[in-house]
Amino acid sequence: MAETISINGTAHPIPEDPRITLLDFLRHDLRLTGTKKGCDHGQCGACTVIVNGMRINSCLTLAAMHEGDEVTTIEGLGTPDAPSPMQRAFLENDGYQCGYCTPGQICSATAMLGEIANGWPSDASETLDGDIEATGDEIRERMSGNLCRCGAYANIVAAIRDVAAEESA
Amino acid sequence: MSVHLKQDKPDTSNRLDDMKQGVIGAPLPRVEGMAKVTGTAPYAAEYLMENCAEGVLVTSTITRGEVTRIDKDSVLSMPGVIAVIDDERLITRPAQGTANEAPQQKPKSVSYWGQPIALVVAETFEDARDAAKHLKVEYREEAGAPLSPDAVEPEEQEGETVHQGDLAHAMAQAAHSVDVTFTTEGHSSAAMEPHAAIAQWDGERLTVHASLQMLNYNITELADAVGLDESKVRLISRFVGGGFGSKLGISEDVVSASLAAMQLCRPVRVVLSRQQVLQCIMRRSETTQRIRLAADENGRLTGFGHEALVSNLPGESFAEPVLQSSHFLYAGQNRELMLKLARIHRMTAGSVRAPGEAVGMPALEGAMDVLAHEIGIDPVELRLRNIPEDNPEEGLPFSSHKLAECLRQGAEAFGWDHGPRKPRHTREGEWWVGTGMASAARVHNVGEARARVTLKADGTALVETDMTDIGTGTYTILAQIAGEMLGLDPGKVLVDLGDTRHPRGSGSGGSWGAASVGSAVYVACTALREELARRAGIAEDELDLSNGRTQAGQTLSQLLDGQDMAREGHYEPGDIASDFTASGFGAFFAQVRVNRFTGETRVDRMLGAFGFGRVLNHKTARSQCIGGITWSIGAALTEALEFDPRDGHLVNCDLAEYHVPVNRDVPDLEVLMVEERDPAASPIQAKGIGELGMCGGAAAIGNAIFDASGARIFDYPMTPDRVLAAMPAD
Repeated sequence: MAETISINGTAHPIPEDPRITLLDFLRHDLRLTGTKKGCDHGQCGACTVIVNGMRINSCLTLAAMHEGDEVTTIEGLGTPDAPSPMQRAFLENDGYQCGYCTPGQICSATAMLGEIANGWPSDASETLDGDIEATGDEIRERMSGNLCRCGAYANIVAAIRDVAAEESA
Repeated sequence: MSVHLKQDKPDTSNRLDDMKQGVIGAPLPRVEGMAKVTGTAPYAAEYLMENCAEGVLVTSTITRGEVTRIDKDSVLSMPGVIAVIDDERLITRPAQGTANEAPQQKPKSVSYWGQPIALVVAETFEDARDAAKHLKVEYREEAGAPLSPDAVEPEEQEGETVHQGDLAHAMAQAAHSVDVTFTTEGHSSAAMEPHAAIAQWDGERLTVHASLQMLNYNITELADAVGLDESKVRLISRFVGGGFGSKLGISEDVVSASLAAMQLCRPVRVVLSRQQVLQCIMRRSETTQRIRLAADENGRLTGFGHEALVSNLPGESFAEPVLQSSHFLYAGQNRELMLKLARIHRMTAGSVRAPGEAVGMPALEGAMDVLAHEIGIDPVELRLRNIPEDNPEEGLPFSSHKLAECLRQGAEAFGWDHGPRKPRHTREGEWWVGTGMASAARVHNVGEARARVTLKADGTALVETDMTDIGTGTYTILAQIAGEMLGLDPGKVLVDLGDTRHPRGSGSGGSWGAASVGSAVYVACTALREELARRAGIAEDELDLSNGRTQAGQTLSQLLDGQDMAREGHYEPGDIASDFTASGFGAFFAQVRVNRFTGETRVDRMLGAFGFGRVLNHKTARSQCIGGITWSIGAALTEALEFDPRDGHLVNCDLAEYHVPVNRDVPDLEVLMVEERDPAASPIQAKGIGELGMCGGAAAIGNAIFDASGARIFDYPMTPDRVLAAMPAD
């Protein structure tokens, strides 16, 4: 049986060319163009996807390295008919302008709230153990791997705080 | 049917305010927003094309000289390689904004390090990238290319020169004077979407999906570059992942993909790497600026001097217009202004968000802070005392002027301490804390624009223009303007942009899009209202169309009687530009903390108050403002292009080394919109807003660094090394 990788719940064969990054596999081979290429060097975060629950830069990893992995892309988080809470919050808070970094921001934010819920500390955390709240500073620190050149950060933080408040309510 | 409006005089009718739908200005979410947040909005490189080949550009490794040989055989036998394109029509630089003709071509002639010289085309991206790295190129290098603005005798830009009165005398006689020199480093637009194009050629017609800001000019530039009649070219840019000036003109990806598609008779995609985006698109020029201010004992300016040195490649007409707002922002009857351009062999200099004021205003506003400190006057008060009645050089009246209101309301909302001000007043642990402010100004631009509005028989509307939305909110504000005028919910207005098959808009650039193409939509809608009023037997100015019904109860569908009704609006700026000085104005206030040991600066909070005419959508306008303020933070603290002094190549050509602000660099930002109606700015009384938010903001931060730590710095960005060197000992 061919080696496969699961993308948004569908199994796909691993590509033959070992040079193909996970990002190019998604965008080019699978036509899942919601995941964006901004730098191809892990510097901008536009290609962020969720692999086995963890957010990663899909440009920095090869598709061939993900046999058996579960990958969730922006298309797997929600659709125009059924957007996720994070997608809706970005829409309402104008957490974007040109929209190019947006899928990466949303994938990153979705997984990031899970990291806070699991108690993983960051540079902005008061202590290394104990409960962590999704404060503005925590969010800003943890979202600093996702660049937005339009400068929508203030609105991105507002969107994420809305979702964090809903989840803890 | 086309309806033409050339605006020759102010329009004080404020017709949009008479409408009853109540959607103009409303903070509606973007109409294309759901597509963006779900990843379903297609950008240039993302269109599905059968049999699409992939192209990767090869760039020069010399600074100046000739390509003597390209050994195509060195790669043609590599897996998947189809062709090496070294057509002499390849462009070597992007076109400048509104160029309307092909930029420099003939790629064998090299004038900067990193210049595109050939395109390798292969079956897959991986094959093309590999072959591009292996292509053997031979050069004849011409040594001694000047690389630094100081290395050459610069050219005076005579149109910018002002000699008025006697500044030297005014400086000598002044109760208080300042003579300071600021420097700013080069900037990159660094839009998140790299430049990308997919070209298709059917043997006669060229269709290109590209990431461009101004299709109305770009189509002419591309047709000229490849030698086709414009009628055989179609450009499509429905979604543009940021531009900030870097996509004003056609870029190397567009022309190389087109030539490859025409040669190979199959679709070809070319996406620039991030490094190529920084190295072979546009830089904002570095600047050196001398500012002289002479003031009487009350802080009223008697003399004003601003001289700047910028650079560009030989053959480029663009010179960073550093003095643009200095011509009119402050009073002072004795004036000396001069702009000089050095011809050097760094990459092309061109428009990066707010060309001119983005660097001119931080220098001027830094000098104003020095003057306020000299006099011992509140910096806000110093500005208030120097707002001129009319343009101090040309004597023209201002179309509208909200600087004083922005200064006062901004200071109030920020909680500004009016003084007396003395640096190093507050320390929290290892951090000095202080505040600073600056004025904002950005000239208002408008351009000719066309848009077609069709009322559909079913009571919906369609707006069509080749205008682009580069994240600015064009889709949404055009739906709001049409909705307001025609009595429709914006959800019933379909806005179709970014296709040269549509009437020619203004393009997005110089903050002129909303006022220009918005006016074209307004003109078309006014014509539609006239015909609807005629059918309803009501005067147009009395026609109430709210929610698709006239006051007599007739519905749009009834008035249309099963037929679509279309009008093309054609807006043209008239003689009004020579009657008024039109500009957006504002004020920035910042609180920063400066680390006394490391020299690191963090922005605690920042507020901008802006007056820019009618606000078309409070949500998207605010986003434009916070985007500009975010750029101000980058310009103040981190952004600098670094060039190798040996060969002029851009060293920090990626997003790890060129430091745009990240999320943690940006605090919560407060925006005050000081709304007004500017009757001379446009028929919809709106002015530009996309750039105003970064025209001076860096100085508010720089001035706050001085107030906090006592470090007076004359070089942007104010990196920790510069702050430490300038900070007084404890």
